[in-house]
Amino acid sequence: MSSNPQYEPVIGLEVHAQLLTESKAFCRCSTSFGDEPNSNVCPVCLGLPGVLPVLNMNVVEFVLRMGLATHCTIAERSIFARKNYFYPDLPKGYQISQYEEPICTGGFVEIETESGKKKKIGITRIHMEEDAGKSIHDLDVDTLVDVNRCGVPLIEIVSEPDLRSPREAYLFLHKIRQIVTYLDICDGNMEEGSLRCDANVSVRRKMETRFGTKTEVKNLNSFRFVEKALEYEIGRQIALLEEGQKIVQETLLWDAAQGVAVPMRSKEEAHDYRYFPEPDLVPVMVGKDWIDKIRTSLPEFPSERHDRYIAKLGLPKYDAEILTAEKPLADYFEAVIRHLKVKNAETWKIASNWTMTEVLRVVNERHITVTGFPVGPERFAEMINLIVDGTISGKIAKDVFEEMLTSQEGPKAIVEKKGLVQVNDASTIENAIDNILTKYEGQVREFLGGKQKVFGFLVGETMKVMKGRANPSIVNEILKKKLEGKKERD
Amino acid sequence: MAVTVNDVEHIAALAKLEFSNEEKEKFTHQLNQILNYVEKLKELDTENVEPLSHVIELSNRFREDKAESGLTPEEALQNAPSRTEKFFKVPKVIGEKGS
Repeated sequence: MSSNPQYEPVIGLEVHAQLLTESKAFCRCSTSFGDEPNSNVCPVCLGLPGVLPVLNMNVVEFVLRMGLATHCTIAERSIFARKNYFYPDLPKGYQISQYEEPICTGGFVEIETESGKKKKIGITRIHMEEDAGKSIHDLDVDTLVDVNRCGVPLIEIVSEPDLRSPREAYLFLHKIRQIVTYLDICDGNMEEGSLRCDANVSVRRKMETRFGTKTEVKNLNSFRFVEKALEYEIGRQIALLEEGQKIVQETLLWDAAQGVAVPMRSKEEAHDYRYFPEPDLVPVMVGKDWIDKIRTSLPEFPSERHDRYIAKLGLPKYDAEILTAEKPLADYFEAVIRHLKVKNAETWKIASNWTMTEVLRVVNERHITVTGFPVGPERFAEMINLIVDGTISGKIAKDVFEEMLTSQEGPKAIVEKKGLVQVNDASTIENAIDNILTKYEGQVREFLGGKQKVFGFLVGETMKVMKGRANPSIVNEILKKKLEGKKERD
Repeated sequence: MAVTVNDVEHIAALAKLEFSNEEKEKFTHQLNQILNYVEKLKELDTENVEPLSHVIELSNRFREDKAESGLTPEEALQNAPSRTEKFFKVPKVIGEKGS
Protein backbone atom coordinates (compact mmCIF):
# COMPACT_ATOMS: atom_id res chain seq x y z
CA MET A 1 0.00 0.00 0.00
CA SER A 2 2.67 2.45 1.01
CA SER A 3 4.45 1.99 -2.26
CA ASN A 4 1.68 3.71 -4.24
CA PRO A 5 3.84 5.62 -6.72
CA GLN A 6 1.46 8.56 -6.91
CA TYR A 7 2.18 9.50 -3.33
CA GLU A 8 5.26 10.59 -1.51
CA PRO A 9 5.65 10.14 2.26
CA VAL A 10 7.15 12.97 4.30
CA ILE A 11 8.69 11.85 7.58
CA GLY A 12 10.42 13.61 10.43
CA LEU A 13 11.78 11.79 13.47
CA GLU A 14 12.13 12.73 17.11
CA VAL A 15 14.78 10.61 18.75
CA HIS A 16 15.31 10.49 22.49
CA ALA A 17 18.72 9.29 23.61
CA GLN A 18 19.38 8.45 27.24
CA LEU A 19 22.75 9.87 28.25
CA LEU A 20 25.44 7.67 29.78
CA THR A 21 26.00 9.84 32.81
CA GLU A 22 26.70 8.36 36.21
CA SER A 23 24.17 10.56 38.00
CA LYS A 24 20.83 12.10 37.04
CA ALA A 25 20.42 15.44 35.26
CA PHE A 26 19.48 17.57 38.24
CA CYS A 27 20.32 15.51 41.33
CA ARG A 28 22.97 13.06 42.52
CA CYS A 29 20.92 9.89 42.20
CA SER A 30 22.40 7.04 40.21
CA THR A 31 21.15 6.42 36.68
CA SER A 32 21.81 2.69 36.82
CA PHE A 33 19.26 0.53 35.04
CA GLY A 34 17.35 -2.36 36.57
CA ASP A 35 17.84 -1.54 40.23
CA GLU A 36 15.23 -2.20 42.91
CA PRO A 37 12.18 0.07 42.34
CA ASN A 38 12.38 3.49 43.95
CA SER A 39 15.89 2.93 45.25
CA ASN A 40 17.64 5.65 43.17
CA VAL A 41 15.55 8.52 44.40
CA CYS A 42 15.93 11.68 46.45
CA PRO A 43 13.80 14.71 47.33
CA VAL A 44 14.74 16.40 44.01
CA CYS A 45 13.63 13.65 41.63
CA LEU A 46 10.67 12.75 43.83
CA GLY A 47 9.47 16.32 43.37
CA LEU A 48 9.23 17.02 47.08
CA PRO A 49 8.57 20.64 48.03
CA GLY A 50 11.40 23.09 48.56
CA VAL A 51 14.11 21.37 46.54
CA LEU A 52 16.27 22.91 43.84
CA PRO A 53 17.73 21.20 40.77
CA VAL A 54 21.45 21.58 39.96
CA LEU A 55 22.57 20.78 36.42
CA ASN A 56 24.96 17.90 35.83
CA MET A 57 27.97 19.22 33.89
CA ASN A 58 28.23 16.10 31.75
CA VAL A 59 24.73 16.58 30.39
CA VAL A 60 25.95 19.77 28.75
CA GLU A 61 29.22 18.16 27.63
CA PHE A 62 27.35 15.27 26.01
CA VAL A 63 24.76 17.37 24.20
CA LEU A 64 27.55 19.61 22.91
CA ARG A 65 29.38 16.59 21.55
CA MET A 66 26.23 15.54 19.73
CA GLY A 67 25.58 19.06 18.48
CA LEU A 68 29.07 19.45 17.09
CA ALA A 69 29.06 15.98 15.58
CA THR A 70 25.88 16.83 13.69
CA HIS A 71 27.08 20.26 12.50
CA CYS A 72 24.66 22.22 14.67
CA THR A 73 24.94 25.82 15.70
CA ILE A 74 25.61 25.97 19.44
CA ALA A 75 23.60 28.62 21.23
CA GLU A 76 25.76 31.00 23.20
CA ARG A 77 22.99 31.13 25.76
CA SER A 78 20.31 28.54 26.34
CA ILE A 79 17.70 28.10 29.02
CA PHE A 80 15.52 25.36 30.43
CA ALA A 81 11.74 25.33 30.39
CA ARG A 82 9.01 23.56 32.27
CA LYS A 83 6.68 21.38 30.26
CA ASN A 84 3.57 20.94 32.35
CA TYR A 85 1.40 17.85 32.35
CA PHE A 86 -0.03 15.44 34.86
CA TYR A 87 0.97 11.84 34.93
CA PRO A 88 1.75 9.67 37.96
CA ASP A 89 5.30 8.91 36.81
CA LEU A 90 6.09 12.64 36.73
CA PRO A 91 5.93 13.59 40.41
CA LYS A 92 6.76 17.27 39.93
CA GLY A 93 3.88 17.81 37.50
CA TYR A 94 6.33 19.16 34.93
CA GLN A 95 9.26 17.90 32.95
CA ILE A 96 12.36 20.06 32.80
CA SER A 97 13.15 20.44 29.13
CA GLN A 98 14.21 23.15 26.71
CA TYR A 99 11.74 24.99 24.57
CA GLU A 100 12.46 28.42 23.20
CA GLU A 101 16.22 28.54 23.44
CA PRO A 102 17.56 25.00 22.85
CA ILE A 103 21.29 24.47 23.01
CA CYS A 104 21.75 23.09 19.46
CA THR A 105 19.96 24.07 16.26
CA GLY A 106 20.26 23.76 12.51
CA GLY A 107 22.54 20.77 11.91
CA PHE A 108 22.51 17.76 9.65
CA VAL A 109 23.62 14.17 9.29
CA GLU A 110 24.36 12.33 6.09
CA ILE A 111 22.78 9.01 5.23
CA GLU A 112 23.65 6.77 2.33
CA THR A 113 20.45 5.80 0.54
CA GLU A 114 20.02 2.42 -1.11
CA SER A 115 21.05 3.76 -4.48
CA GLY A 116 24.39 4.60 -2.84
CA LYS A 117 23.75 8.33 -2.96
CA LYS A 118 24.52 10.51 0.03
CA LYS A 119 21.62 12.54 1.36
CA LYS A 120 21.70 15.26 3.98
CA ILE A 121 18.98 15.06 6.62
CA GLY A 122 18.47 18.30 8.51
CA ILE A 123 18.52 18.42 12.30
CA THR A 124 16.08 21.06 13.50
CA ARG A 125 17.26 21.05 17.08
CA ILE A 126 18.82 19.01 19.85
CA HIS A 127 17.91 19.82 23.41
CA MET A 128 18.45 18.55 26.95
CA GLU A 129 15.66 17.22 29.11
CA GLU A 130 14.90 14.76 31.88
CA ASP A 131 13.18 11.41 31.64
CA ALA A 132 9.99 10.51 33.49
CA GLY A 133 9.57 7.50 35.77
CA LYS A 134 8.08 4.19 34.80
CA SER A 135 4.42 3.22 35.08
CA ILE A 136 3.42 -0.39 35.11
CA HIS A 137 -0.13 -1.01 33.92
CA ASP A 138 -0.02 -4.78 33.66
CA LEU A 139 -2.06 -5.34 36.75
CA ASP A 140 -5.84 -5.38 36.60
CA VAL A 141 -6.71 -2.60 38.92
CA ASP A 142 -3.95 -0.19 39.75
CA THR A 143 -0.95 1.42 38.14
CA LEU A 144 2.43 0.99 39.83
CA VAL A 145 5.05 3.70 39.68
CA ASP A 146 8.84 3.42 39.89
CA VAL A 147 10.59 6.78 40.06
CA ASN A 148 14.15 5.48 39.47
CA ARG A 149 14.25 6.71 35.88
CA CYS A 150 12.82 10.09 36.80
CA GLY A 151 15.42 12.77 36.12
CA VAL A 152 17.72 10.59 34.05
CA PRO A 153 19.15 12.89 31.37
CA LEU A 154 18.00 12.65 27.77
CA ILE A 155 18.72 14.53 24.64
CA GLU A 156 15.98 14.92 22.10
CA ILE A 157 17.09 15.07 18.48
CA VAL A 158 14.47 16.47 16.13
CA SER A 159 14.94 15.99 12.40
CA GLU A 160 13.59 18.13 9.60
CA PRO A 161 10.82 16.50 7.54
CA ASP A 162 13.49 15.44 5.05
CA LEU A 163 12.90 11.70 5.08
CA ARG A 164 11.02 10.34 2.09
CA SER A 165 10.59 6.65 2.87
CA PRO A 166 10.46 4.29 5.85
CA ARG A 167 13.85 3.00 4.70
CA GLU A 168 15.36 6.46 4.91
CA ALA A 169 13.87 6.86 8.38
CA TYR A 170 15.50 3.59 9.39
CA LEU A 171 18.85 4.69 7.94
CA PHE A 172 18.61 8.02 9.74
CA LEU A 173 17.87 6.35 13.05
CA HIS A 174 20.72 3.96 12.46
CA LYS A 175 23.03 6.89 11.77
CA ILE A 176 21.96 8.61 14.98
CA ARG A 177 22.62 5.42 16.88
CA GLN A 178 26.05 5.10 15.29
CA ILE A 179 26.92 8.69 16.21
CA VAL A 180 25.77 8.54 19.84
CA THR A 181 27.62 5.29 20.41
CA TYR A 182 30.77 6.62 18.72
CA LEU A 183 30.55 9.68 20.95
CA ASP A 184 30.10 7.43 23.96
CA ILE A 185 27.14 9.46 25.18
CA CYS A 186 24.41 6.78 24.88
CA ASP A 187 24.51 3.00 24.63
CA GLY A 188 22.06 3.07 21.72
CA ASN A 189 20.05 0.13 23.01
CA MET A 190 16.52 0.49 21.62
CA GLU A 191 15.15 -2.60 23.32
CA GLU A 192 16.12 -1.30 26.77
CA GLY A 193 14.76 2.12 25.89
CA SER A 194 18.06 4.02 25.82
CA LEU A 195 17.09 5.14 22.33
CA ARG A 196 13.45 5.92 21.58
CA CYS A 197 11.82 7.13 18.46
CA ASP A 198 8.61 8.92 17.51
CA ALA A 199 7.74 9.85 13.94
CA ASN A 200 5.75 12.60 12.28
CA VAL A 201 4.26 11.26 9.08
CA SER A 202 2.27 12.73 6.24
CA VAL A 203 1.77 11.88 2.59
CA ARG A 204 1.27 14.06 -0.45
CA ARG A 205 0.81 13.60 -4.17
CA LYS A 206 4.07 13.55 -6.08
CA MET A 207 5.01 17.02 -7.34
CA GLU A 208 2.96 18.63 -4.57
CA THR A 209 5.14 21.07 -2.64
CA ARG A 210 2.94 21.61 0.39
CA PHE A 211 2.90 19.11 3.23
CA GLY A 212 -0.18 17.03 3.97
CA THR A 213 -1.79 16.77 7.39
CA LYS A 214 0.53 14.81 9.65
CA THR A 215 0.05 12.27 12.36
CA GLU A 216 2.48 11.37 15.11
CA VAL A 217 3.35 7.71 15.60
CA LYS A 218 4.81 6.89 18.98
CA ASN A 219 6.39 3.84 20.51
CA LEU A 220 8.72 2.86 17.64
CA ASN A 221 10.95 1.15 20.10
CA SER A 222 12.96 -1.22 17.97
CA PHE A 223 14.72 -0.87 14.67
CA ARG A 224 12.38 -3.47 13.20
CA PHE A 225 9.27 -1.54 14.21
CA VAL A 226 10.33 1.74 12.70
CA GLU A 227 10.00 0.69 9.09
CA LYS A 228 7.00 -1.52 9.72
CA ALA A 229 5.05 1.11 11.63
CA LEU A 230 5.83 3.77 9.05
CA GLU A 231 4.79 1.49 6.16
CA TYR A 232 1.56 0.85 7.98
CA GLU A 233 0.78 4.49 8.69
CA ILE A 234 1.70 5.67 5.19
CA GLY A 235 -0.55 2.96 3.74
CA ARG A 236 -3.39 3.98 6.03
CA GLN A 237 -3.10 7.64 5.05
CA ILE A 238 -2.95 6.91 1.31
CA ALA A 239 -5.98 4.64 1.57
CA LEU A 240 -7.94 7.40 3.34
CA LEU A 241 -6.99 9.99 0.73
CA GLU A 242 -7.87 7.62 -2.10
CA GLU A 243 -11.34 7.26 -0.59
CA GLY A 244 -11.63 11.01 -0.61
CA GLN A 245 -11.35 11.28 3.16
CA LYS A 246 -9.29 13.67 5.22
CA ILE A 247 -6.39 12.84 7.50
CA VAL A 248 -7.08 13.75 11.10
CA GLN A 249 -4.11 15.22 12.95
CA GLU A 250 -3.69 12.83 15.85
CA THR A 251 -1.25 10.80 17.87
CA LEU A 252 -1.08 7.07 17.25
CA LEU A 253 0.56 4.41 19.32
CA TRP A 254 2.31 1.59 17.47
CA ASP A 255 1.12 -1.78 18.70
CA ALA A 256 3.90 -4.16 17.70
CA ALA A 257 2.00 -7.29 18.66
CA GLN A 258 -1.00 -6.48 16.46
CA GLY A 259 1.01 -4.68 13.78
CA VAL A 260 -1.28 -1.66 13.86
CA ALA A 261 -1.10 1.98 14.94
CA VAL A 262 -3.90 2.78 17.37
CA PRO A 263 -5.10 6.35 17.96
CA MET A 264 -4.42 7.47 21.51
CA ARG A 265 -7.57 8.53 23.23
CA SER A 266 -6.70 12.05 24.13
CA LYS A 267 -8.34 15.32 24.87
CA GLU A 268 -7.08 18.13 22.71
CA GLU A 269 -6.12 20.19 25.70
CA ALA A 270 -3.68 17.53 26.82
CA HIS A 271 -1.27 19.05 24.31
CA ASP A 272 -1.34 22.40 26.03
CA TYR A 273 1.92 22.07 27.92
CA ARG A 274 2.07 25.70 29.05
CA TYR A 275 5.83 25.92 28.67
CA PHE A 276 7.56 28.64 30.61
CA PRO A 277 11.21 29.32 31.53
CA GLU A 278 12.43 27.17 34.42
CA PRO A 279 13.18 29.69 37.15
CA ASP A 280 15.20 27.22 39.25
CA LEU A 281 17.97 26.73 36.69
CA VAL A 282 20.21 29.52 35.50
CA PRO A 283 21.07 29.90 31.80
CA VAL A 284 23.80 27.80 30.25
CA MET A 285 26.39 29.93 28.47
CA VAL A 286 28.69 28.18 26.03
CA GLY A 287 31.70 30.18 24.88
CA LYS A 288 34.12 29.57 22.05
CA ASP A 289 36.74 28.03 24.35
CA TRP A 290 34.36 25.37 25.55
CA ILE A 291 33.24 24.56 22.02
CA ASP A 292 36.86 24.35 20.80
CA LYS A 293 37.79 22.07 23.66
CA ILE A 294 34.98 19.66 22.86
CA ARG A 295 35.59 19.84 19.14
CA THR A 296 39.20 18.74 19.53
CA SER A 297 38.16 15.89 21.82
CA LEU A 298 35.65 14.44 19.34
CA PRO A 299 36.54 11.01 18.00
CA GLU A 300 36.90 10.34 14.32
CA PHE A 301 33.46 9.65 12.85
CA PRO A 302 32.36 6.44 11.20
CA SER A 303 32.06 8.05 7.78
CA GLU A 304 35.51 9.67 8.08
CA ARG A 305 36.97 6.41 9.28
CA HIS A 306 35.25 4.56 6.49
CA ASP A 307 36.70 6.90 3.88
CA ARG A 308 40.16 6.76 5.47
CA TYR A 309 40.17 2.95 5.45
CA ILE A 310 39.57 3.05 1.71
CA ALA A 311 41.93 5.92 0.88
CA LYS A 312 44.81 5.29 3.27
CA LEU A 313 44.64 1.57 4.03
CA GLY A 314 43.55 0.55 0.55
CA LEU A 315 40.72 -1.61 1.90
CA PRO A 316 37.68 -2.44 -0.24
CA LYS A 317 34.48 -0.49 0.51
CA TYR A 318 32.91 -3.70 1.80
CA ASP A 319 35.61 -4.13 4.44
CA ALA A 320 35.48 -0.46 5.42
CA GLU A 321 31.73 -0.66 5.98
CA ILE A 322 31.85 -3.74 8.16
CA LEU A 323 34.84 -2.60 10.20
CA THR A 324 33.44 0.87 10.97
CA ALA A 325 29.82 -0.14 11.63
CA GLU A 326 30.47 -0.35 15.36
CA LYS A 327 33.06 1.72 17.14
CA PRO A 328 34.48 -1.09 19.30
CA LEU A 329 35.23 -3.17 16.20
CA ALA A 330 36.91 -0.29 14.39
CA ASP A 331 38.93 0.49 17.52
CA TYR A 332 39.94 -3.15 17.77
CA PHE A 333 40.97 -3.32 14.14
CA GLU A 334 43.07 -0.19 14.48
CA ALA A 335 44.78 -1.49 17.57
CA VAL A 336 45.59 -4.65 15.59
CA ILE A 337 47.15 -2.80 12.69
CA ARG A 338 49.15 -0.61 15.07
CA HIS A 339 50.85 -3.79 16.27
CA LEU A 340 51.63 -5.16 12.83
CA LYS A 341 55.33 -5.40 12.02
CA VAL A 342 54.91 -4.92 8.30
CA LYS A 343 52.63 -2.02 7.54
CA ASN A 344 51.34 -2.05 4.00
CA ALA A 345 48.07 -2.55 2.11
CA GLU A 346 48.70 -6.29 1.89
CA THR A 347 49.08 -6.84 5.63
CA TRP A 348 46.19 -4.47 6.39
CA LYS A 349 43.99 -6.54 4.13
CA ILE A 350 45.06 -9.73 5.90
CA ALA A 351 44.23 -8.11 9.24
CA SER A 352 40.90 -6.95 7.86
CA ASN A 353 40.00 -10.43 6.58
CA TRP A 354 40.82 -12.04 9.87
CA THR A 355 38.94 -9.42 11.86
CA MET A 356 35.84 -9.62 9.68
CA THR A 357 35.68 -13.38 9.46
CA GLU A 358 37.19 -14.93 12.58
CA VAL A 359 36.77 -12.20 15.19
CA LEU A 360 33.21 -11.37 14.16
CA ARG A 361 32.32 -15.05 13.85
CA VAL A 362 33.32 -15.75 17.44
CA VAL A 363 31.70 -12.54 18.68
CA ASN A 364 28.41 -13.49 17.01
CA GLU A 365 28.52 -17.14 18.03
CA ARG A 366 29.16 -16.29 21.64
CA HIS A 367 26.84 -13.28 21.74
CA ILE A 368 29.59 -11.13 23.18
CA THR A 369 30.84 -7.67 22.29
CA VAL A 370 34.17 -6.98 20.64
CA THR A 371 35.26 -5.36 23.90
CA GLY A 372 34.78 -8.72 25.59
CA PHE A 373 36.62 -10.68 22.90
CA PRO A 374 39.12 -13.02 24.61
CA VAL A 375 42.03 -12.30 22.25
CA GLY A 376 43.34 -8.76 22.66
CA PRO A 377 44.43 -6.81 19.60
CA GLU A 378 48.12 -7.12 20.39
CA ARG A 379 48.04 -10.92 20.64
CA PHE A 380 45.90 -11.07 17.52
CA ALA A 381 48.37 -8.86 15.65
CA GLU A 382 51.24 -11.18 16.68
CA MET A 383 49.42 -14.03 15.00
CA ILE A 384 49.01 -12.02 11.82
CA ASN A 385 52.70 -11.13 11.98
CA LEU A 386 53.45 -14.86 11.96
CA ILE A 387 51.34 -15.31 8.83
CA VAL A 388 52.99 -12.35 7.15
CA ASP A 389 56.56 -13.49 7.88
CA GLY A 390 55.75 -16.99 6.70
CA THR A 391 56.15 -18.75 10.06
CA ILE A 392 52.67 -20.22 9.74
CA SER A 393 50.22 -20.62 6.89
CA GLY A 394 46.74 -19.18 6.99
CA LYS A 395 45.41 -22.68 7.50
CA ILE A 396 47.60 -23.34 10.52
CA ALA A 397 46.75 -19.87 11.81
CA LYS A 398 43.15 -21.03 12.16
CA ASP A 399 44.27 -23.71 14.62
CA VAL A 400 46.47 -21.24 16.45
CA PHE A 401 43.53 -18.82 16.62
CA GLU A 402 41.25 -21.49 18.12
CA GLU A 403 43.91 -22.26 20.72
CA MET A 404 44.32 -18.57 21.55
CA LEU A 405 40.58 -18.29 22.27
CA THR A 406 40.91 -20.64 25.22
CA SER A 407 44.45 -19.96 26.44
CA GLN A 408 46.28 -16.84 27.45
CA GLU A 409 49.36 -17.89 25.53
CA GLY A 410 50.87 -15.88 22.72
CA PRO A 411 50.69 -17.29 19.18
CA LYS A 412 54.44 -17.88 19.04
CA ALA A 413 54.37 -20.06 22.15
CA ILE A 414 51.42 -22.03 20.75
CA VAL A 415 53.15 -22.55 17.42
CA GLU A 416 56.32 -23.79 19.12
CA LYS A 417 54.55 -25.97 21.66
CA LYS A 418 52.44 -27.67 19.02
CA GLY A 419 55.22 -27.80 16.45
CA LEU A 420 53.15 -25.85 13.98
CA VAL A 421 56.00 -23.87 12.46
CA GLN A 422 55.59 -23.74 8.74
CA VAL A 423 58.17 -25.52 6.66
CA ASN A 424 59.62 -23.10 4.15
CA ASP A 425 62.72 -25.10 3.37
CA ALA A 426 62.56 -25.91 -0.33
CA SER A 427 64.69 -29.06 -0.19
CA THR A 428 62.58 -30.65 2.57
CA ILE A 429 59.44 -29.92 0.58
CA GLU A 430 61.09 -31.15 -2.61
CA ASN A 431 61.93 -34.45 -0.91
CA ALA A 432 58.37 -34.92 0.15
CA ILE A 433 57.10 -34.12 -3.33
CA ASP A 434 59.52 -36.57 -4.93
CA ASN A 435 58.19 -39.32 -2.68
CA ILE A 436 54.61 -38.45 -3.57
CA LEU A 437 55.33 -38.40 -7.29
CA THR A 438 56.85 -41.90 -7.05
CA LYS A 439 54.04 -43.21 -4.87
CA TYR A 440 51.28 -41.91 -7.14
CA GLU A 441 52.86 -42.64 -10.50
CA GLY A 442 49.50 -43.54 -11.99
CA GLN A 443 47.91 -40.25 -11.01
CA VAL A 444 50.91 -38.36 -12.33
CA ARG A 445 50.39 -40.03 -15.69
CA GLU A 446 46.72 -39.03 -15.60
CA PHE A 447 47.77 -35.43 -14.99
CA LEU A 448 50.20 -35.51 -17.87
CA GLY A 449 47.39 -36.91 -19.96
CA GLY A 450 45.42 -33.71 -19.29
CA LYS A 451 43.52 -34.44 -16.07
CA GLN A 452 44.14 -31.09 -14.34
CA LYS A 453 42.20 -32.01 -11.19
CA VAL A 454 44.91 -34.40 -10.11
CA PHE A 455 47.16 -31.43 -9.28
CA GLY A 456 45.03 -30.61 -6.26
CA PHE A 457 45.18 -34.22 -5.13
CA LEU A 458 48.98 -34.22 -5.28
CA VAL A 459 49.16 -30.98 -3.29
CA GLY A 460 46.82 -32.48 -0.71
CA GLU A 461 48.88 -35.63 -0.36
CA THR A 462 52.09 -33.62 0.02
CA MET A 463 50.48 -31.48 2.74
CA LYS A 464 49.25 -34.62 4.48
CA VAL A 465 52.76 -36.08 4.56
CA MET A 466 54.07 -32.78 5.89
CA LYS A 467 51.30 -32.66 8.55
CA GLY A 468 49.87 -29.50 7.04
CA ARG A 469 52.97 -27.51 7.87
CA ALA A 470 54.48 -27.07 4.43
CA ASN A 471 54.26 -23.59 2.99
CA PRO A 472 51.49 -24.10 0.43
CA SER A 473 52.81 -21.64 -2.12
CA ILE A 474 56.22 -23.35 -2.14
CA VAL A 475 54.52 -26.75 -2.51
CA ASN A 476 52.54 -25.41 -5.46
CA GLU A 477 55.57 -23.91 -7.06
CA ILE A 478 57.82 -26.98 -6.78
CA LEU A 479 55.10 -29.39 -7.77
CA LYS A 480 54.28 -27.34 -10.83
CA LYS A 481 57.95 -27.19 -11.85
CA LYS A 482 58.41 -30.95 -11.40
CA LEU A 483 55.31 -31.84 -13.40
CA GLU A 484 56.24 -29.48 -16.18
CA GLY A 485 59.68 -31.07 -16.28
CA LYS A 486 58.06 -34.50 -16.69
CA LYS A 487 55.82 -33.17 -19.45
CA GLU A 488 58.81 -31.94 -21.45
CA ARG A 489 60.60 -35.23 -21.03
CA ASP A 490 57.58 -37.16 -22.31
CA MET B 1 -8.41 39.97 25.40
CA ALA B 2 -10.71 39.15 28.26
CA VAL B 3 -10.78 35.81 30.06
CA THR B 4 -14.02 33.89 29.57
CA VAL B 5 -15.62 31.11 31.57
CA ASN B 6 -14.42 28.76 28.84
CA ASP B 7 -10.82 29.75 29.52
CA VAL B 8 -11.27 29.08 33.19
CA GLU B 9 -12.74 25.67 32.43
CA HIS B 10 -9.81 24.89 30.14
CA ILE B 11 -7.23 25.88 32.74
CA ALA B 12 -9.13 23.98 35.41
CA ALA B 13 -9.14 20.86 33.24
CA LEU B 14 -5.38 21.16 32.67
CA ALA B 15 -4.86 21.50 36.40
CA LYS B 16 -7.25 18.60 37.05
CA LEU B 17 -9.46 20.83 39.18
CA GLU B 18 -13.25 20.98 39.37
CA PHE B 19 -15.20 24.09 40.24
CA SER B 20 -18.81 25.01 40.79
CA ASN B 21 -20.44 27.52 38.45
CA GLU B 22 -20.20 30.26 41.06
CA GLU B 23 -16.51 29.61 41.48
CA LYS B 24 -15.95 29.72 37.75
CA GLU B 25 -17.69 33.09 37.54
CA LYS B 26 -15.67 34.38 40.44
CA PHE B 27 -12.35 33.22 38.97
CA THR B 28 -13.20 34.65 35.59
CA HIS B 29 -13.73 38.01 37.21
CA GLN B 30 -10.58 37.75 39.31
CA LEU B 31 -8.37 36.63 36.44
CA ASN B 32 -9.62 39.57 34.36
CA GLN B 33 -8.76 41.91 37.18
CA ILE B 34 -5.24 40.54 37.32
CA LEU B 35 -4.80 40.81 33.57
CA ASN B 36 -6.11 44.37 33.62
CA TYR B 37 -3.55 45.21 36.22
CA VAL B 38 -0.79 43.63 34.15
CA GLU B 39 -2.08 45.52 31.09
CA LYS B 40 -0.70 48.60 32.75
CA LEU B 41 2.81 47.32 32.08
CA LYS B 42 2.16 47.68 28.39
CA GLU B 43 2.45 51.40 28.83
CA LEU B 44 6.19 50.92 29.17
CA ASP B 45 8.25 51.08 26.02
CA THR B 46 10.07 47.72 25.81
CA GLU B 47 11.11 48.07 22.18
CA ASN B 48 14.81 47.49 22.84
CA VAL B 49 14.57 45.31 25.91
CA GLU B 50 15.39 41.60 25.75
CA PRO B 51 12.78 39.31 27.32
CA LEU B 52 13.83 38.42 30.84
CA SER B 53 13.76 34.77 31.84
CA HIS B 54 15.85 34.97 35.00
CA VAL B 55 16.10 37.76 37.51
CA ILE B 56 19.51 36.90 38.88
CA GLU B 57 22.48 37.41 36.63
CA LEU B 58 24.05 34.04 37.12
CA SER B 59 24.89 31.38 34.60
CA ASN B 60 26.64 28.01 34.38
CA ARG B 61 26.04 26.60 37.83
CA PHE B 62 27.02 22.97 37.45
CA ARG B 63 27.52 19.87 39.51
CA GLU B 64 30.11 17.20 38.89
CA ASP B 65 28.73 13.94 37.50
CA LYS B 66 29.10 11.86 40.67
CA ALA B 67 26.38 9.55 41.93
CA GLU B 68 25.51 9.36 45.62
CA SER B 69 22.84 7.44 47.38
CA GLY B 70 19.70 9.35 48.29
CA LEU B 71 16.67 7.96 50.06
CA THR B 72 15.95 4.30 50.66
CA PRO B 73 12.80 2.88 49.05
CA GLU B 74 11.25 2.76 52.53
CA GLU B 75 11.94 6.44 53.12
CA ALA B 76 10.73 7.34 49.64
CA LEU B 77 7.49 5.45 50.14
CA GLN B 78 6.73 6.43 53.69
CA ASN B 79 4.28 9.19 52.78
CA ALA B 80 2.67 7.28 49.92
CA PRO B 81 -1.09 6.85 50.42
CA SER B 82 -0.85 3.47 48.76
CA ARG B 83 1.90 1.07 47.78
CA THR B 84 2.59 -2.44 46.54
CA GLU B 85 5.93 -3.85 47.57
CA LYS B 86 8.46 -1.16 46.57
CA PHE B 87 6.15 0.62 44.12
CA PHE B 88 3.93 3.65 44.52
CA LYS B 89 0.38 2.52 43.77
CA VAL B 90 -1.99 4.90 41.98
CA PRO B 91 -5.41 4.55 40.35
CA LYS B 92 -5.16 2.97 36.92
CA VAL B 93 -4.09 5.41 34.23
CA ILE B 94 -3.80 4.76 30.54
CA GLY B 95 -3.50 7.19 27.73
CA GLU B 96 -2.05 10.55 27.01
CA LYS B 97 1.20 11.69 28.50
CA GLY B 98 3.92 14.05 27.47
CA SER B 99 7.01 13.03 25.59
